[in-house]
Amino acid sequence: MDVKVNKKLGLKERYALMTRGLGWDTTYQPMDKVFPYDKFEGIKIHDWDKWEDPFRMTMDAYWKYQAEKERKLYAIIDAFAQNNGHLGVTDARYINTLKLFLTGISPLEYMAHRGFAHVGRQMRGVGPRVACLMQSLDEIRHAQTQIHSMSNYNKYYNGFHDPMHMIERVWYLSVPRSFFDDAYTAGPFEFMIAIGFSFEYVLTNLLFVPFISGAAYNGDMGAMTFGFSAQSDEARHMTLGLECIKFMLEQDPDNLPIVQRWIDKWTWRGTRVLTLVGMMMDYMLPKRVMSWKEAWEIYFEQNGGALFNDLARYGITVPKCAAQAALDKEHVSHQAWATFYQYGAAADFHTWMPSSSEMDWLSEKYPNTFDKYYRPRFEYFAEQHKAGNRFYNLTLPMLCQTCQIPMLFTEPADPTKICYRESDYKGEKYHFCSDGCKEIFDHEPEKYIQAWLPVHQIHQGNCFDPGVDPAAPGFNPLAAVLDHYHINQGRDNMEFEGSEDQRNFAAWRTMAAKN
Amino acid sequence: MQIDLRTVSIKPLRQTFDQVARHLGADKPASRYLEGTIRVQAESNFHYRPLWDPDHEIFDPSRTALKIKDWYAFKDPRQFYYGTYTIARARMQEAAEADFDFVESRGLADSYPAAAKGLALEVLLPLRHVAWGSNMNNSAMAAYGYGTAITQPCLYQAMDQLGIAQYLTRVGLLLADAEALDAAKQAWLEDPKWQALRRYVEDSFVMSDWFEQFVAQNLALDGFLYPLIYTYFDNALTAKAGPTVSMLVRFQAEWYAETVKWVDASIKVAAADNKDLVSGWTRAWRDRAVEAVAPLAARALEAEADAVMAELTEQFNARAAKLGLAL
Repeated sequence: MDVKVNKKLGLKERYALMTRGLGWDTTYQPMDKVFPYDKFEGIKIHDWDKWEDPFRMTMDAYWKYQAEKERKLYAIIDAFAQNNGHLGVTDARYINTLKLFLTGISPLEYMAHRGFAHVGRQMRGVGPRVACLMQSLDEIRHAQTQIHSMSNYNKYYNGFHDPMHMIERVWYLSVPRSFFDDAYTAGPFEFMIAIGFSFEYVLTNLLFVPFISGAAYNGDMGAMTFGFSAQSDEARHMTLGLECIKFMLEQDPDNLPIVQRWIDKWTWRGTRVLTLVGMMMDYMLPKRVMSWKEAWEIYFEQNGGALFNDLARYGITVPKCAAQAALDKEHVSHQAWATFYQYGAAADFHTWMPSSSEMDWLSEKYPNTFDKYYRPRFEYFAEQHKAGNRFYNLTLPMLCQTCQIPMLFTEPADPTKICYRESDYKGEKYHFCSDGCKEIFDHEPEKYIQAWLPVHQIHQGNCFDPGVDPAAPGFNPLAAVLDHYHINQGRDNMEFEGSEDQRNFAAWRTMAAKN
Repeated sequence: MQIDLRTVSIKPLRQTFDQVARHLGADKPASRYLEGTIRVQAESNFHYRPLWDPDHEIFDPSRTALKIKDWYAFKDPRQFYYGTYTIARARMQEAAEADFDFVESRGLADSYPAAAKGLALEVLLPLRHVAWGSNMNNSAMAAYGYGTAITQPCLYQAMDQLGIAQYLTRVGLLLADAEALDAAKQAWLEDPKWQALRRYVEDSFVMSDWFEQFVAQNLALDGFLYPLIYTYFDNALTAKAGPTVSMLVRFQAEWYAETVKWVDASIKVAAADNKDLVSGWTRAWRDRAVEAVAPLAARALEAEADAVMAELTEQFNARAAKLGLAL
């Protein structure tokens, strides 16, 4: 039912009866025992009834609209599979962006589902609970529609085969994963700021739009369709995130400094994770949508700037990290791709050097930095590859204790010098990629010392399969780690040129188009 | 006549994801239910412990006393993933909508006999709070349970119960008005005949073992409440005053017939290796459920109540025995 206005009741009143009217204050069990987690973070809520429902959807309307979307989506996924839609993408390099998506993002959708189920049980107010539960259900949808859309790619291309196993182990996948584990293990209000607000509202356009527009630009109807189908869900999620922050800020002035700290923290955490998206946009899409720098300017600096102007009346200021991010936008995608190129033997997708026309595109998009700092290095890599010396870095990099990205970023004031920060805690030294990550650690060291850092775990011997003996003669640690990751050496990873994916795509496309 | 269309066929390199192939024991084509369910939840190498529950990992099988060898043995016989779930519910809501429209457009609420209407409102409306309680419990199972195969349908159950609470609200608004909902809430909070049930629901909120909660909510409480209300009370009302209210609660009746299959399948898997534990929970919560719904049965069925409760108990015991429990 779309909530109908009857003679006596307005839409708002009627929806209130359908949701918050259902709850009651318990008396056989104390409320603090029924809702044990919504006070410890120090957020003060005086009147849950002041919560404004960001959307008014009853379950029957939800089922009806969502089922309609599902029917359409699966019809397209089926047609895409039946028609070998994968052969219609621009070129086979594109398929590697989907590997990044399936292993790095789809499992996070599932984490979002769990996180919102948790918050949807624990908030004392019925209004936010109902909204969170709907989001929890949507997030199952997103995880599953992504898995189902990529299922067909998995049948024909390498590297898609074991995403849930990989995200728990592979070095770079600990970056997105630890981000979500961090949010989930925080209190329910921090989760709402981390995911509901910072991620869904401030940063979602920088994740979702690049991937889905990238799919549209590169002829991938399968991935494009789940993205477009999720759009109206995302709109609901954004309004929930915004309502939540406003509600917290309006309830008590003491909430402001806590919320501001979370915004600062989560914007920086999110920005670091989005390095992977920047690299995808600038290097992995054969047909580019826009540069990472342009995306950052439109979606963060302009749109985000307007949002923070709007929140200024509550005393909220632009996240502290914005100044550093404004410098970084000219660099991070190049630095990340240079790293993945070198560590191409240890990822579940292929890497390559951009062609000379692609380098020209990068020069044009990054006039201040690409030719000066990155082109010479990339041309050197390409030359070496041509000469038969494709470079692979076989050492293990040092990781940032907070964001878990290898120490690949440079000093804000000097793009030729790697940025290192460190903190001492209980007799141990911890390393960071930036001031932002160091500050996050320093505020909650007991949390971040727990991080499961893939490189440390390899050194500790925790990334070999049972029965493997690192003391055996001729032991090859990289091969053993790849086995443990379930990455097939030479098939899922390394250089794109000459890969099985490249060969198959070319052969199948010929077969489909010629007699 | 058969039309034989041809497509370009390419031999796939693999049939499904490795986590699904490991589950099936071979690389063979897998359903969308399996690809969207098997091993989707993370299992190891968690980064941090929850600030709000440092004794457990993010996903932790020890949040229940159940000992389960394979958490993906908990399959949903309905094979619900998000798509099949929403499509199934959309069909049911379409039927419900037509029923509500029919009752409304024919003025059946106005012509419904007053005594039956009073009884229907008195019995049905406080149940919207019970359904909301089930939403809370099933969302807790979805949030703290282990393995997508069992936690995914718990969220569907939670949302279904929210839907049921909303349908019951609409019954109140159609047969009466918002004041009737307020009165029902007062009864839920104060009327003696609802207090044992309210205590049951509130006690179930604070249970620490999510599978015991599953037993208390989905097996024991629903196992008595749904047949009592949506079979026996429904029949009694129809006999007295015609099928108007029956049309308005059809969703619940059909829903219970469907979901009970999933509940039974889940209990069966849990009981296979945990017979004493699950039997003990079931015994304890069955006894409390009987006590909690008896006053409601007395009001709803009057003279028939004791006989019906005895029959329901017998049916429940037989069902439990079939699921491998010893009560």
